[in-house]
Amino acid sequence: MPKSSKAVAVAENARLTVRKTYKLYIGGKFPRSESGRTYLVDGDNVALASRKDARDAVVAARAAQSGWAGATAYNRGQVLYRVAEMVEARRAEFTALGVPAGELDAAVDRWVWYAGWSDKIAQVAGGANPVAGPFFNISAPEPTGVVAVVAPAGLLGLVSVIAPAVVTGNTTVVLAADPQIAITLAEVLATSDVPGGVVNILTGRYAETAPWLAAHADVNALDLTGVEHAELAAELERAAAGTLKRVIRPPDGGIDLSADPGLKPMTALLETKTVWHPKGY
Amino acid sequence: MFEYAPAPESRSVVELDSSYGLFIDGAFEAAKDGATFKTVNPATEEVLAEVATAGPEDVDRAVAAARHAYGAWSALPGAERAKYLFRIARIIQERSRELAVLESLDNGKPIKESRDVDLPLVAAHFFYYAGWADKLPYAGFGPDPKPIGVAAQVIPWNFPLLMLAWKVAPALATGNTVVLKPAETTPLSALFFADVCRQAELPPGVVNIVTGAGDTGAYLVAHPDVDKVAFTGSTEVGREIARTVAGTGKRLTLELGGKAANIVFDDAPLDQAVEGIVNGIFFNQGHVCCAGSRLLVQENIAEELLASLKRRMDTLRVGDPLDKNTDIGAINSAAQLARITELSEIGAAEGAERWSPACQLPERGFWFAPTIFTGVTQAHRIAREEIFGPVLSVLTFRTPAEAVEKANNTPYGLSAGIWSEKGSRILAVADKLRAGVVWANTFNKFDPASPFGGYKESGYGREGGRHGLEAYLA
Repeated sequence: MPKSSKAVAVAENARLTVRKTYKLYIGGKFPRSESGRTYLVDGDNVALASRKDARDAVVAARAAQSGWAGATAYNRGQVLYRVAEMVEARRAEFTALGVPAGELDAAVDRWVWYAGWSDKIAQVAGGANPVAGPFFNISAPEPTGVVAVVAPAGLLGLVSVIAPAVVTGNTTVVLAADPQIAITLAEVLATSDVPGGVVNILTGRYAETAPWLAAHADVNALDLTGVEHAELAAELERAAAGTLKRVIRPPDGGIDLSADPGLKPMTALLETKTVWHPKGY
Repeated sequence: MFEYAPAPESRSVVELDSSYGLFIDGAFEAAKDGATFKTVNPATEEVLAEVATAGPEDVDRAVAAARHAYGAWSALPGAERAKYLFRIARIIQERSRELAVLESLDNGKPIKESRDVDLPLVAAHFFYYAGWADKLPYAGFGPDPKPIGVAAQVIPWNFPLLMLAWKVAPALATGNTVVLKPAETTPLSALFFADVCRQAELPPGVVNIVTGAGDTGAYLVAHPDVDKVAFTGSTEVGREIARTVAGTGKRLTLELGGKAANIVFDDAPLDQAVEGIVNGIFFNQGHVCCAGSRLLVQENIAEELLASLKRRMDTLRVGDPLDKNTDIGAINSAAQLARITELSEIGAAEGAERWSPACQLPERGFWFAPTIFTGVTQAHRIAREEIFGPVLSVLTFRTPAEAVEKANNTPYGLSAGIWSEKGSRILAVADKLRAGVVWANTFNKFDPASPFGGYKESGYGREGGRHGLEAYLA
């Protein structure tokens, strides 16, 4: 029913907006920080994640990992493509949070690009090995496991570190730079058939939580792409050495989000498994 | 055997028009000369629809439309082509029940196969190749792979929509445009696919569908403005197409007939092997180019295995393709039924022993009971020629070397099966088989990520997987 402009104005004056509470995203749920802390970002009280939240997120990521890695590559691809559909459908919300149209387009297309890799990366990064003997010998990539990520700013930054990790079957604990964008993305993930725990998102100060994740014995890899200070990055890398985590260092001069991501964001978070089997009647 | 109450799938999910035109440049149109043919439901002989017969002028227009569309389509960024293909994949998923019923109506295959095998694979194939469209430099065919141009694609009647997907998805992902001719007995799902393309807002001319019989196909593959020919069908027609294409510089891939050996060693898990044998030859009424139509069984277990196989065959339900309990549906056409009948009579006349379970076949439509021949020798025609029906020839062997020798003793080389608990034996036998696909302790498995295609006179080129891109890249 068409409304007169006056009626709309009256309605706007009369009705109070229901605001969104920005909480964490752990194990498919949206809890507040166990610490009870919040901090102010653009007028919203956003959850300030603690060391304990980070550990809870690792537990959730670990619990989800074998199931997610055990899903068929085709299934994971479908789920990632579904994420792209859902981001596209929430354009207005991301736009209201200040994501430029071009970045939104690129973020959707990046999900689609990674969705397609799910059932192709093994054919590019693996293959039969012609060993000198009567053996069947084949190498195939497998996910590293649980990946802790310090995400770069913006929606495209988030997508560019989450998608390459999860497409191959890793699960993640993401320390997000832009809380409202990150939690809106979490709402997308929660409604996209991504199993709970595959992506866990913590808002707050990564300088506080990242060291605990870097040293955490149940985290297999550490992506430092979003770390701005070289000294902190080096410190986190040293902490990761204690459990021989795979480390993605922050790129020199920051991440170039417009470039073709290439295979590295995926292969850095993959193990290669080689199987031998004899041949003979 | 348990009695089953009928569990019919509703055909009301498919709305059929009384007649269908050609799909050229994004629109349906009648053939220039108005010629049509009828497509029938092979289970009832009921006419489903009238379909246009594309003549030379129609094919010319379709090729011209594909040529016209090629410039813009091939120039699109891969990521944009990908999104069209993802849309198509999604629409097929959304309409899969309708398309499954349509496929069973026009083809005669059991609904449980069209619903659980054909349609999921069709959607998956588009999904898979959609993902390649923006990743071609990673595929291993050079840093800047280019499309070929206009592809002429001719497909068979045994898996109408799946064969369309195998042809169209990689062609479009790589930036080619296509003119596709479905088989004359199963044109409907390709025409419904044309509607899927419209729903996806695929630019006009990127996919064109011309219906008709052999003449239409022959004219299409011979067309001077076609750059690439892809054909799935009989070895006889494949040879003819290879002759036509020779000297023209056109690229050609062929996926042709087969006479696959399904080899069962004495250490195989017998119950599992029996299921595999049944699936290998009776899946899709045996209308499968990679069907395991020659059972090679190790002599010392032959008696036990055959007894078990016959027991299993007694439980196969032959009948209404739209009944969800049906295992074996209708033979696709009267002509195919005649060929199966003739070769089976020759099998008996040449001295092989014929056996079928007692089963009641419907009175109308085209039907053939599942049949096995024992005491078959390599000289028998039923051991050498592709029957393309639910007919299994059983031979025996004593040693692995003899099994390999017999398995390879055919001009075909599409597929093979090996049943054994011993991994090293499976791998050693697989190495020696001259066949493009070898299934071990399974049979008739397909996946968009897995290349499929034959050795020798089963054709050349591969469809599926990373390898399947090569046929459509210059």
